[in-house]
Amino acid sequence: MAGAAVLFLVVAAAYASFYIAPEERTMRVLQRIFYFHAASAWAGMTAFSICFVANLLYVWRRQEKWDALGVSCAEVGLAFTTVVLITGPIWAKPAWGIYWTWDARLTSTFVLWLLYISYLLLRTLIEEPDRRALLSALFGIFAFIDVPIVFGAIRWWRTQHPAPVIMGGPDSGLEPTMRAVFFFSVLALHALMVFLIVERYQLEKMRADFEIVRREAEAQ
Amino acid sequence: MKNLDSVFAAYAIGWAVFFVFYLSVAKRTSSLREEIERLKSSLNRGK
Repeated sequence: MAGAAVLFLVVAAAYASFYIAPEERTMRVLQRIFYFHAASAWAGMTAFSICFVANLLYVWRRQEKWDALGVSCAEVGLAFTTVVLITGPIWAKPAWGIYWTWDARLTSTFVLWLLYISYLLLRTLIEEPDRRALLSALFGIFAFIDVPIVFGAIRWWRTQHPAPVIMGGPDSGLEPTMRAVFFFSVLALHALMVFLIVERYQLEKMRADFEIVRREAEAQ
Repeated sequence: MKNLDSVFAAYAIGWAVFFVFYLSVAKRTSSLREEIERLKSSLNRGK
């Protein structure tokens, strides 16, 4: 049921991006990537923010559920950031004439992606569950430092990536219908993010059950 | 329409990433569930 509702929302958001949002004057149809690209970036940042809170709570409370939530959010955030790093260059090539440039926003996003890949790799290297949870929580807290840098990169430095159109100061903004479609896309992709985190969290809880059954089997 | 192929590619690849991620979670869940069932039945046989 939840899956069907999320599917409906994302299909409706895609429809709105193509058929309801007006065509932008300079980039024409190409600008429609914005609704998917930027909304995915927002959802990814939210997932990493929840991961950060879960990491802090794990360090403070040492409860397994916070570790499970942290890794679930890290994986989902990584999926969304992967989409951002794929759709961005597809948009950049016709708009800028190049797929990639090492500007502040692109580089900090790529570093963010590498940091959370490292977070997941770190977890595969440590066998002991409590030690794995603690070290990955500490690393997750460190990795989150890049999230405000990604957010601020297009506000603090003027390089290749366009300036923000939302929360970008008095000179920024979107045409009202574009703005409505964008926020609807943000809502749809956040619903997808929550759905994926719940699915991934259930897998992590099942892993904990598996460990209990495995220990029982070993004890026999 | 110029650049429609880029728009289509961005949406198609993006949705494919989410779909593959969802499938990977579903596959891992189902194989873990099977493993738990297998362990539980071997535990029950041992009792």
